[in-house]
Order: sequence, then C-alpha cells, then structure tokens
Amino acid sequence: MLEVRELECVRGDHRLFKGLNFTLQQGELLHLRGSNGSGKTSLLRTICGLMTPADGQVLWNGKNIQSNREDFNRGLMYLGHFNGIKGELSAIENLSVANSLSGIKISENKILDALERIGLAGREDLPTKVLSQGQKRRVALAQLLITDSKLWILDEPFTALDVHAVELLKDLVIRQVQSGGMVLLTTHQYVEIDPSMMRELDLNAL
Amino acid sequence: MTEASLFLASRAMVKRDVILALRRKADVLTTLFFFLIVVSLFPLGVGPEMETLRVIAPGVIWVAALLAAMLSLGRMFSDDYQDGTLEQILLLPHPLSAMVLSKIITHWLLSGLPLVIFSPLLGMQLGLDGEAIVLLMITLMLGTPAMSLIGAVGAALTLGLRGGGVLVSLLVLPLYIPILIFGAGAVESQSSGLGADAHLSILGALLMLALVFTPISTAAALRISLD
Repeated sequence: MLEVRELECVRGDHRLFKGLNFTLQQGELLHLRGSNGSGKTSLLRTICGLMTPADGQVLWNGKNIQSNREDFNRGLMYLGHFNGIKGELSAIENLSVANSLSGIKISENKILDALERIGLAGREDLPTKVLSQGQKRRVALAQLLITDSKLWILDEPFTALDVHAVELLKDLVIRQVQSGGMVLLTTHQYVEIDPSMMRELDLNAL
Repeated sequence: MTEASLFLASRAMVKRDVILALRRKADVLTTLFFFLIVVSLFPLGVGPEMETLRVIAPGVIWVAALLAAMLSLGRMFSDDYQDGTLEQILLLPHPLSAMVLSKIITHWLLSGLPLVIFSPLLGMQLGLDGEAIVLLMITLMLGTPAMSLIGAVGAALTLGLRGGGVLVSLLVLPLYIPILIFGAGAVESQSSGLGADAHLSILGALLMLALVFTPISTAAALRISLD
C-alpha cells in the first residue's frame, strides 16, 4: 500500500503544492490531473524517491521509502518522460539489460513475446536509435509486459503512441489493476477507462 | 537471493557499458590517442636530448595519464543522464553505491587500463630502462583506478551543468595531486637508489581509501544531481 502524507513540493522558489494526502490500495488506479506546471511530474518523481519532498513523507507498506529504498524499488515500475532505453542497443538487448539490472533473469522468448505483443515484431534487432519516437516508447512500454512490479508509476504514458498502442496500454493498465496491482498515472489525453475503476486527483484543486 | 541478484545486476552493468563502448569506439580511442599524442609532443618540444627526456619521462607520462583520465570523466554518467537510464538505475532494487562501483570499474577498464597497457611504449620512447618501465606500469595500475574513483564524484556532482567539463577539472585535478606526486615520484625514487616501496604503499592506500569512500559519495552526488 502506498501512502502519501502531508506532502509538500517546492521547485526553486515556487511552491507547487502542500498538505497533499492520499493512499493507494491494491487494485486501485489513480489518475493525476492538473494543468501544465501544476506539479504532476514533480509529484510522481517525489513518490518514486527521485526527488526529496520539502515536507511530508511517502510510505510504502507503512515504511518511509527514503529509509527503505531497496524494498520499495523492488515493487516499483516507473516510466517517466524519458524512455530510459539505450539508442545503441537493440530492443531485445535493452529489455534484457533492464531485467538483469533489476536482478532478474528472463528468457529471450519472453522478451520476444513481449515485443511482438507491443507491435515491434521484425524490429527487435535494430538499434533503437533508428526507431521512430512511438516505437521507442513501445520498447519502454514492453517492460510493462514483463515486469511483475506491484506499483506502476506512469508519467504521460500515452504520448507519441498510435491508436492501437493506446488501446493496448489501456488494457495493460486495466489488467494490472484487476490483478491487484496499483497504477498511478498522468495524462492529458482522454482515455476511456471505466470510471468505477479509477479515482482522480486534481492538483489544481489543492 | 539478494546477493545473487546484486551480482547479476553488477555484471549486467559492466557488460552493458562495455557493449556500449564497443559500439562507439571513438570515445575509447580518443582518450588513448590523446595520451599517446601528448607524451609524443614532449620530445618535439623539449628536444631529443635523451638524458633530459629520461629524467622527465615519469612525470610527463603521469601528467598525460591524468589529463587523459580527466577527458573521459564527463562521459561516465552524462549519456545515461540524457536518455533517462540513470533514473532507472537510481530506481533499481540494489544499493546505488554498488551500481556506481560497477560503472566506475567499467570506466577504468575502458579508459584507464588502455593507458597502463600502452605506457611501456611511451616509456621506451622517452628512454626509460626496463626496470623503470615495469615500475611505471605498476604505479599507473594503482593510480588510474584511484583517479576513476575520485573522478566519479566530480562527474556526478557536475552532471547536467553547462560547462560541466571545465568545472569537473577544477574540482577533481587538485584531488589528483597526491596520486601524481607518489606515482611519478616512485620511478625517480627507485633510480636514485631509495627504493619505491613507500611510494607504492601510499598509492595502494590511496586506492583503498578511494575504493571505500567514493562509491558512497558518488551515489549521494547522483541523487542530488537528479533531484
């Protein structure tokens, strides 16, 4: 369970938000809304532990993530503005490296399968720097098909994706929630997800 | 289980950086050629007097190695920073200092070790005898990893800054001074009959000290740079 308590976030001299409280239980999807500059990305980065909050804390299963990083990171899958893939490596190599770095050994078949499902069949061996923006995003998203992380934090995951990939990603998010996972995402695009599955948090309203 | 996964992760990190470097050979070769060319310039500038060259050889080779190490520091984290893989590295379920240490080891393998391997060639070029060349190699073998370790802190602190390259030199070069003094001094001390044991011990101690403290401070610096 993820819990955010009295969180305050400051960038430069500007306070983005303060006194933010919410919890995310198993099987919940939280859609973070807010205009540009309202602090969505900062909030997500703070929850990941990449940014230090000005005040307040983020708790994972009741323990502060700052003092419990390894445990928290084991259950976390973060996809930010950057795809976090290497242009010189092929899609297969990128995924294989990403998993070995997490300390997990996975078979090449599993990677090939994930790449095929995400729509990159036939492009697996190309260095990812020659792929299009949307295809690079898909390589990063293929990791969602492989990971068994409990908490997904997705910052604008739908950008640069075509209609087909948007549908696929939506299904993935729904399946993650239905299987007892947690998803925290931001998007400016209208994505059709059953409102009963989704909670919303508007940073502008704070 | 965690030790096994940490080992797997460290190995994957080394392997990844080696593959990346092999696909972009220019980066590795620039450092090496810089080293070779800088040392080769000295006989042209100072004149081909063998006695003079032999005296300045250890110092020249050491200063060139130091500058070459400097040259490659900027790339240690900047590529990973730009494409977002560094964020992912920070979010791995392992101690960040262990991951950082793997990166530093790879950095040394790719930029420090080639200097050690090619130093005998330069030693001969400057008229050093066999014994002095072996000693020079040993000092570089101890000194270059220490330089990669100390340099990593500077590289992490200046990550994402404009003009970070110059700043990292200002930060790190003063810290290289002890390594330079004892590295270059070892050869001179041996040729004067004093023996180089003390110099080598101090170099080894500096390396051990750097090995213990710099991965932790580099990890902390990376977290600050990405905040």
